[in-house]
Amino acid sequence: MSAHAQVHGVEDHHDDDHGHHHKETFVTKYIFSQDHKMISKQYLITGLFMGTIGILMSLLFRLQLAWPDHKFTIFEVFLGKWAPDGVMDPSIYLALVTIHGTIMVFFVLTAGLSGTFSNLLIPLQIGARDMASGFLNMVSYWLFFLSSVVMLFSLFVEAGPASAGWTIYPPLSALPQAIPGSGAGMTLWLTSIAIFIASSLLGSLNYIVTVINLRTKGMSMTRLPLTIWAFFVTAIIGVVSFPVLFSAALMLIMDRSFGTSFFLSDIYIAGEVLHHQGGSPVLFEHLFWFLGHPEVYIVILPAMGIVSEVMATNSRKPIFGYRAMVASILAIAFLSTIVWGHHMFISGMNPFLGSVFTFTTLLIAIPSAVKAFNWITTLWKGNLQMNPAMLFSIAFVSTFITGGLTGIILGDSALDINVHDTYFVVAHFHLVMGISALYGLLAGVYHWFPKMFQGRMMNKNLGYIHFWVTAIGAYGIFFPMHFVGMAGLPRRYYTNTNFPYFDDLADINVVMTIFAIITISVQVIFLYNFFHSIFYGKRGPKNPWNSTTLEWTAEMKHVHGNWDGPIPHVYRWSYDYSKLNKDETDYVIPGQDFIPQNVPLQDNEDEMDH
Amino acid sequence: MTAFLVILVIILFGISVWQMNRIFQLAKAKPSTNSEIASDKDNNTQGYLMMGFLAFMYILAILTFWLWGDVLLPESGSEHGVEIDNLMLISMIVIFFVGILTQWLLHYFAFVYRGNINKRATFYADNDKLEFIWTIIPVIVLAGLIIYGLFTWTDIMNVDKDDDPLIVELYAQQFNWKARYGGNDNTLGEANVRLIEGINQLGVDPADPNGQDDKIVTELHLPVGRKVLFKMRSQDVLHSAYMPHFRAQMNCVPGMITQFAFTPTVTTEEMRQNDKIVEKVAKINRIRTEKSIALTAAGEEALEPYTFDYLLLCNKICGISHYNMQMKIVVDSEEDYKAWLAEQPTLVEQLSK
Repeated sequence: MSAHAQVHGVEDHHDDDHGHHHKETFVTKYIFSQDHKMISKQYLITGLFMGTIGILMSLLFRLQLAWPDHKFTIFEVFLGKWAPDGVMDPSIYLALVTIHGTIMVFFVLTAGLSGTFSNLLIPLQIGARDMASGFLNMVSYWLFFLSSVVMLFSLFVEAGPASAGWTIYPPLSALPQAIPGSGAGMTLWLTSIAIFIASSLLGSLNYIVTVINLRTKGMSMTRLPLTIWAFFVTAIIGVVSFPVLFSAALMLIMDRSFGTSFFLSDIYIAGEVLHHQGGSPVLFEHLFWFLGHPEVYIVILPAMGIVSEVMATNSRKPIFGYRAMVASILAIAFLSTIVWGHHMFISGMNPFLGSVFTFTTLLIAIPSAVKAFNWITTLWKGNLQMNPAMLFSIAFVSTFITGGLTGIILGDSALDINVHDTYFVVAHFHLVMGISALYGLLAGVYHWFPKMFQGRMMNKNLGYIHFWVTAIGAYGIFFPMHFVGMAGLPRRYYTNTNFPYFDDLADINVVMTIFAIITISVQVIFLYNFFHSIFYGKRGPKNPWNSTTLEWTAEMKHVHGNWDGPIPHVYRWSYDYSKLNKDETDYVIPGQDFIPQNVPLQDNEDEMDH
Repeated sequence: MTAFLVILVIILFGISVWQMNRIFQLAKAKPSTNSEIASDKDNNTQGYLMMGFLAFMYILAILTFWLWGDVLLPESGSEHGVEIDNLMLISMIVIFFVGILTQWLLHYFAFVYRGNINKRATFYADNDKLEFIWTIIPVIVLAGLIIYGLFTWTDIMNVDKDDDPLIVELYAQQFNWKARYGGNDNTLGEANVRLIEGINQLGVDPADPNGQDDKIVTELHLPVGRKVLFKMRSQDVLHSAYMPHFRAQMNCVPGMITQFAFTPTVTTEEMRQNDKIVEKVAKINRIRTEKSIALTAAGEEALEPYTFDYLLLCNKICGISHYNMQMKIVVDSEEDYKAWLAEQPTLVEQLSK
């Protein structure tokens, strides 16, 4: 029973030193807050807002793809002059897919996912009072906010927003003559992303420093929860690769506005020869994908971390193969920086490079497979608590496997020739990074909602409905999409009925769109549940999921510095679920199937080397 | 068919929401300590639903193959395409096998080990042997796929000059394709966008003797059985020359010349007789007839019946009409091809007009 005493001892100990409780005004508490918990909520709510816009955009172009001949009043309402009489303009179609991609990849899945949970969990799970620099953290959020505002503002410029695809390959993105969206819209796009990169770098540096320096006593690297490992490594990849995108964006700005020729050469457009000479669009592709590929791991690794944590907690079992999980995170991170060329097999780069990138790309399947098998084994002989977060975690593994397997086809240069840039690719990356990362985000929201909103919990039954409709809908949209790709339909086509060959894809498009409408509609339930629960959610116990990690030992009511008393010390790894005592008669702490990290080693248990 | 599917999906959705609501209402009856944390009853329901979801995935896979298996591309019309299709088939078998197995394990475990207050999870933290097994198996399988893939890739991309390939330039501009044949000497004249002037739209150097007999056309004709080496150029933005029926694709990049080579093996006429194509064309024509009925009712012209042709599509976003940038490809017998080419004017003839 001494463990209980110890737990309570820590909890009951109220420090008289209230140095960290200063007077706060509305502005310092809710707007320019330097508290990581508030910043994480700001990231989440901004991310959800951007996500709503991004997803509604996809609804618009899905309607267009399913019923290209139909006039939709909804187009006129949302798109105004871009949809006269409810007929969508081809240029706004391209703008919609461009901005949908940009918003979802950067604003939702990078900032909304990593920004939210790195901020919330890094200090709380490593036992720190806050981030290493609260001020930089605040600046990071507000730069993100600014870049969101600039991006949204770009939707309203005269010639339309950026519409060269989210990969903004020049010359299309460099020349306003080539497409109207490459005028002011693209300038704002580049500005927004430059600010976004600054935000991301400030955030990442802060996460790295915090994880390295501010771990509580006893919290060695091998005792870190996998969430922290994932956030830590994600931040490192971000610091390595985002500056390269920044330089690419800068050079593109130079080409556009200052007459340089980094990416442009031999161009005849709108009846005249441009002076640009000697640049190469392929160079831009290299620079873009040097970030662009690690970016998808920046998106998926935090989701993997969240899933590992949620799955272990709800399985009431340690995560299987903790060290293998850490090793595979590191391996994925390393490999992610040397596989970018698989986006460029047929870009005109040397075919020998294609062989090299095929090799490294297929290598990355190995750590990914290890992770998938470890998650499945974590479920084996568990005592699964089917909370909504757990369901999303299981679904994450499912979509990650499905989407990951088609990666084996795309990563193979020979096979890529015929499916490159078709809907097969769209289906692949939506499942493996889009849907999977969103599942990670949603699992995180359901799981840590009580931590974010002072003990309030989201409604479970609404969560179940949200989950099942989303899970079915996501496969309903993206599984048939593989067929469209293998039929040879290129992506980013405003309509595929302009010539007869693809006419027989009409009913697949209709089915995908109906699933999309259903899936998108059900997100309203989630938003309702989220916002309603912030104010009216039932308050649960302090540690609702019986979790071992430190965040649940912190005060339910948010205080500056997280713990009212001294910071808890750590005596064990974070996965002591269902650990039995030496005689294997009961759990180490009788009647309690988990041992929080701040409980010292008990007399009746074996110390294990994990 | 479409209407039926739409109705089916809507009805199924309605039923599932209604059923789920009922399940949750029933499950809600007895609140445990905190009603927002999964109770054993929830665990039970959700566990069963996991098996239901597994069934849904399998049924979805079977149903989509049954409904839409016919939209996929027909057999390859090029020599190397057979190799690609073969590799694709092997990869597909591997990923379907792995997918079916792992999804089954995942959902089955979620069902079998659903939580129960009386059960105890097994503390099972790691096992090096298992980790080794599922590291080494992907290594072996992937090594096989990589080696096969790399040999195929190298075969496709390395063009042997001794094959004496037919040289054809594919020229991309917003938003159409042109093709340039090397003429009798099978050599393309030098060209640059700075030489574009009047009728010389491809900027071929008029002073280059190799360019005099070049022939520029807007419909690509290829002789069956002869290797064709495509030299790709673009005059404005990135385009991608995508010939799905030949399993061929390469980007067209302003400022550089890219290349791709293949040997067409099936003439357009033969491909039109292909069972899959016959079926596909019939299906498309059924759809077009339906549309025509609606069109004529509205006083517009009916659609012409569709016959199959190979297509060159643009597959890299290139501007507003990206979706409508294509060129017809005709694969002919050697004689027909020669006859067709003889009719085309040479560059000199065009310029002197």
